[in-house]
Amino acid sequence: MATTVKKKPLAALEDRFPKLGRGPQAVLITAIAIFAVIFPLLMDPISGTLADATQYLAYVVMGLGLNIVVGFAGLLDLGYVAFYAVGAYCSGWLMSSFYADANIHILVTGTAAQAPGVHVNFLLVLVIAAMLCAVAGVIIGLPTLRLRGDYIAIVTLAFGEIVHVFAVNGDGIHPFGVGYPLTKGRDGISPIDQIKLPGLSQFNSYLNLRPYYWTILAIAAIAIFISLRLRDSRLGRAWIAIREDEVAAASMGIPLVKTKLQAYAIGAALGGVSGAFLGPYLQIVNADSFAFSFSIFVIATIILGGLGSVWGVVLGSILLSYINYTLIPDQLNSVPHKIGLDFNLADVSIGIFGVLLLFVMLIRPEGLLPERRRKIELTEGIGAAETSFEVST
Amino acid sequence: MALQDAQVDPPAAAPLGARPGDAIRNFISGYGLFAVLLALPVYYGISDLKNDGNLAHLGQNIFQGLSNGAIWALIAVGYTLVYGIIELINFAHGDVFMIGSFTASALFGTLGLTLVSSTGSIVFGLILTLVLCMLICGLLNVMIERVAYRPLRNAPKLAPLITAVGLSFILQNVGLLWQGGSPRSVDDLIHAQQDVFTFLGITVQRADVLAIVVTIPLVIAATTFINRSRLGKAMRATAQDPDAARLMGINVDVTISLTFLIGGMLAGAAGLIYALYQTTVQFNQGFQAGLIAFTAAVMGGIGNLRGAVLGGLIIGIIQFISDDRIGTQWTPAIVFAYLILIMIFRPQGLLGEETREAG
Repeated sequence: MATTVKKKPLAALEDRFPKLGRGPQAVLITAIAIFAVIFPLLMDPISGTLADATQYLAYVVMGLGLNIVVGFAGLLDLGYVAFYAVGAYCSGWLMSSFYADANIHILVTGTAAQAPGVHVNFLLVLVIAAMLCAVAGVIIGLPTLRLRGDYIAIVTLAFGEIVHVFAVNGDGIHPFGVGYPLTKGRDGISPIDQIKLPGLSQFNSYLNLRPYYWTILAIAAIAIFISLRLRDSRLGRAWIAIREDEVAAASMGIPLVKTKLQAYAIGAALGGVSGAFLGPYLQIVNADSFAFSFSIFVIATIILGGLGSVWGVVLGSILLSYINYTLIPDQLNSVPHKIGLDFNLADVSIGIFGVLLLFVMLIRPEGLLPERRRKIELTEGIGAAETSFEVST
Repeated sequence: MALQDAQVDPPAAAPLGARPGDAIRNFISGYGLFAVLLALPVYYGISDLKNDGNLAHLGQNIFQGLSNGAIWALIAVGYTLVYGIIELINFAHGDVFMIGSFTASALFGTLGLTLVSSTGSIVFGLILTLVLCMLICGLLNVMIERVAYRPLRNAPKLAPLITAVGLSFILQNVGLLWQGGSPRSVDDLIHAQQDVFTFLGITVQRADVLAIVVTIPLVIAATTFINRSRLGKAMRATAQDPDAARLMGINVDVTISLTFLIGGMLAGAAGLIYALYQTTVQFNQGFQAGLIAFTAAVMGGIGNLRGAVLGGLIIGIIQFISDDRIGTQWTPAIVFAYLILIMIFRPQGLLGEETREAG
């Protein structure tokens, strides 16, 4: 394989734009942050754009979680949907009348306090979901400790599929006794309690989406903050060391088992938090949403954004969610009719998504906003001779 | 022979003195896997003996599993070849198999093969279909490599994984537009369910005969080609060390294309067998088949041809036992649970050498 690294077409374009310094970068981020906060006030409280934005932010949180596992620690996880499922089911179990025989109310007010079933305060559910997912992450991580590379991918994929099968068939399992099935299968647990948080107007996923948006925005901001701080911490450096060379990292005294499991646990917890938010937001926890294709979607968002790059992942998640959930199915759907072709774009939407993934990767395999460290490795060709076949992720 | 058999890997970190748990650990890694693999058949064998007094039911499960596993084996060989040579999980491979099924069902129409055709014309037509399916899928796979993987050979390792997923989506969409979204039935040309003979209480159906008669020669041909021919030697050399292979005058690009051609051809054959065996085809059949076949390849030891075949057959058996005794809806979970157990007990797979990846 050629040892010279060809300059990518976009790199030339990049050189023409001066890199932003630290100051202007901060200004840019602040401006975007302010816009993100006031954005719902410019919208109708039930507008579709606001609904989409809320959903995208939930995917950003998941992308950030997966980025810790794949981007920082270099453990290719193809079963991330498992944590979305566990998180979402936490809200399904603890915030609905699904277990109508039980009568548990913890820190809830209003209609939720009157209804039968288990009703727990949303913040508590978030904590429970994060903890449960962290445990699940460690359980999934344990068998992969001896493995590397694609073997990790296949084991995590297997776990993801097992969780999916349990979600679909869970209506036949009664782990907590008769009348308490594990899930409601393809019918889905619905409705879920609306979130209630002090200081925000009434949450209502049919009439007022603004509080939902602000909640997930806050969660996403916290996830970004956690990601940035972790990246620069001792733990983050240990992850990156493992990613670059596991043997060298171990010989430098990094405890591999502990460090890897921490990555799985933290990454999984973020996925769980996002899932626990999507439950009440979408008002349904349906087994069909936990398919393997969702894991692929999340991994695509972070590779598109730039593995390991926090801002890249944010950008990639928003962009890909927009394309996959809004642009192709909604906005472009009527285009073929307008230009006189007789088919719906929805019929070829997965194909378009595929073509897009293909081209973005061919043009820019390092992602939209690559992490600085990776970019240096790629452009200066450190070990370029062996990248062809042996680069370890 | 395995692509990686000849690969000399340094032994994974030499043990620093014997530790107390070592004996147990060695025992588990040596025999634990067999215990895991035998658990289902032995359990149901005992329950059969108790209830029926013979093992015919279990034997039937295992036999049908073998013939069904033959399809997975053919697909798994494609995965393992590609992984062995460029270390890429070719996510599009399952969809190449799906295109093979669709091509077969379309060709039946084109060739005018229907249930009323004479036996001679059906046999001739099926052979022709098989050849065409294999050619089309082989060329499709070569094209996929050329478009989606070759430009990324120097890119980060995850980039081709995403293009593979992209191509998988594209092929699924092609299938969706071609034959529609719902399952489509294929003429039962060979009367798949018809019994051929019964042996020791095991009924052999025509579909089983077809799967075995097509798979065995193909696998033998592929193995012989890779072991004996000059091009096969080039493939093994490229799998071991592409740069050194290039220095020895091997055209690495052609060799990789050849690998994809062989993998695609086997997937095409699997597609034809599947169409006749199941008598329905669907645009998303390739996805599940791809996952199962990749599991089979990993189970056997990825990069190892015989391992892939063995893994395919084992998964076929597990599937049938589980379908019959536990319930179809749980089968994927059971298959993947087996995969995880195998990864715990023997990460290098059943026949795999200890590699860097799985060390």
